[in-house]
Amino acid sequence: MKLQTTLFGKPYTFHSVKEVLAKANEQKSGDTLAGIGAADAKERVAAKYVLADLTVEEVTNSPAVEYSEDAVTRIILDDLDRAQYEKIKGKTIGELRETILDNLITGDRILTLARGMSSEVIAALAKLMGNLDLMYVARKLHITATCNTTIGKPGTFAVRLQPNHPTDDVKGVTASLLEGLSYGAGDAVIGSNPAIDTLKSTSDILNLFNDVKTRLHIPTQICVLSHITTQLEALKAGVPMDLCFQSIAGSEKALASFGTDVDMLAEANELMRQYGTSKGPNYLYFETGQGSELSAGAHNGADQLVMESRCYGLARHYKPFLVNTVVGFIGPEYIYDSKELIRAALEDNFCGHMHGLPMGCDICYTNHMKADQNDCDSLLVMLASAGCHYVMGIPQSDDVMLMYQSTSYHDIAAVREMLGLSPIEPFREWLESYGIWENGRLGKNAGNPRIFL
Amino acid sequence: MDYFDSLRAATPARLQIGRTGSRYKTKSYLDFRAAHAAANDAVMSEVSGETLQRLGLFEVRTKCKNKYEMLTRPDWGRCFSEETKAYLKQHATVGADVQIYCGDGLSAPSIAANVPDMLPMLRLALEQDGITVGKPFFVRYCRVNTAREIGPLLDAKVVCVLIGERPGLLTDESMSAYIVYKPHPEMSESAYTVVSNISRFGMPPVEAAAYIADVIREMLKQKASGLRLKL
Repeated sequence: MKLQTTLFGKPYTFHSVKEVLAKANEQKSGDTLAGIGAADAKERVAAKYVLADLTVEEVTNSPAVEYSEDAVTRIILDDLDRAQYEKIKGKTIGELRETILDNLITGDRILTLARGMSSEVIAALAKLMGNLDLMYVARKLHITATCNTTIGKPGTFAVRLQPNHPTDDVKGVTASLLEGLSYGAGDAVIGSNPAIDTLKSTSDILNLFNDVKTRLHIPTQICVLSHITTQLEALKAGVPMDLCFQSIAGSEKALASFGTDVDMLAEANELMRQYGTSKGPNYLYFETGQGSELSAGAHNGADQLVMESRCYGLARHYKPFLVNTVVGFIGPEYIYDSKELIRAALEDNFCGHMHGLPMGCDICYTNHMKADQNDCDSLLVMLASAGCHYVMGIPQSDDVMLMYQSTSYHDIAAVREMLGLSPIEPFREWLESYGIWENGRLGKNAGNPRIFL
Repeated sequence: MDYFDSLRAATPARLQIGRTGSRYKTKSYLDFRAAHAAANDAVMSEVSGETLQRLGLFEVRTKCKNKYEMLTRPDWGRCFSEETKAYLKQHATVGADVQIYCGDGLSAPSIAANVPDMLPMLRLALEQDGITVGKPFFVRYCRVNTAREIGPLLDAKVVCVLIGERPGLLTDESMSAYIVYKPHPEMSESAYTVVSNISRFGMPPVEAAAYIADVIREMLKQKASGLRLKL
């Protein structure tokens, strides 16, 4: 294995695949905080040259956390399609990059090959790709999943309606919910983050969502994003629930910091199959985001893109209906500014798709990072062009509970209209029946929630 | 006022702002920009010495020297110099059942807005039950994880950090309480019990004080916090 190179007459030597991967990563404040990023721009490129010549086998055999120590590593490596792996293990990462960028290879063929790629290999590819490369490949990958409806058909762009409220007031949540529906949001899921993680609050909001969904005959799925243990309690108590949510991370130790583990996720999947109110076969909803492993002190010396990619390796094991990165939520310690934000979102969208996941993005920023709504506008158009499955719909992009800004009901409508994208099929027909969506754009009743009363 | 108006009145979300095609009206666009400008300012402002004096809190600071370090170095914002630790041991209370302290976190305005209504009530509620409460203080450039050092340092059973939340557009005054039973440097994040959105726009500080007191009583009884605590 060759871990050194010479660039501009200067020799560069690295000590491990993990170090090469970290230093080849594009600039992220989290890698600097962890003390593992490249010292300067030249070292970053030197690491990229070395990475390009490593083989798939060499990268696969150097997981971020040892197989014997980590349940996430075991899932990623045990799930590898060995027949596909055999076909690509002798290729270098640089050669594999060219294979997937070739316009003669189909998206389905890439997805088949990708079943033989570990999460580290997929992250390695991202490190040798520009932003347009990341968008170009992700757009080709058509991935569908089915809960009550099917997400991911070409030409669609879906929205999670996120009617959060600072105290989970049911009336207030209803107002945001109805208004969101009136702008065409809610086809991916109607899902709120509860302010209070209790069985009662989770049950109250799930019952509200179910009442509205049933009364208005909305073809979609419902979810409350409380902790997985709270949701499973609600499920066992007979509360209607279409999707079970959990935040996940790329190592066993980081998962533990979220109060969960691989067995609990498997149990949730099985309980949802038995007692959930949705059709399936995809019952789970995962959220991720670069930097959460470092934040939990559980990155094991690996960079945040590698750890993020491992989230997707874990996620694909459970065949979820939705996965999204919450890219700008974690703060400037990990994603400093809009440049890092946009890069991370495109990396996550690529890595998620390569893992065969229905991949969405919470395009967002907090008020203590160097980014603003103009950056969200730009990223929204990029991701919608890059096959992203869904984004968030929030009243004027201002989440009054989580205290951050994302994308709005209006934004989704504008980008669907601009790029000729539609809501998920039965949901689109439902919108048309109310005059909310007409001829590929907002219709006469858009923005008027009183039509539902 | 129709039925939707009554629903709409129950949330501070930016609803019924109208549209021009699929975009915002000019006024709602500018209102949003103004709120973002105010939130940015709240992150960078400081809690004044006057405010601390009025609240009767003495001050210590983490290893961060300024706001920029506070934002980019969570590892410094969670710990103290040896001198500061010695100062705390001398001026704070060692061995109380509960240690409450305030931190600026990401919102300086949250301290003046919530602590006056919350802290005295919280102390009173606990002390009435015979629970001892350590002398409260203020930590500048404070992260939640200071609790991992404060707990063992002051030998408190329960540590409660009242800390400024990242400001949103609705308010720059929100505060969270992070409460933990016997914190230590190696504990998991899931050991915290969190009460968030404390402000006049969310959970009012007086109500929060009563709720937090209940939570702390349960922690002392169950000798657990976070996911292990059954509420």
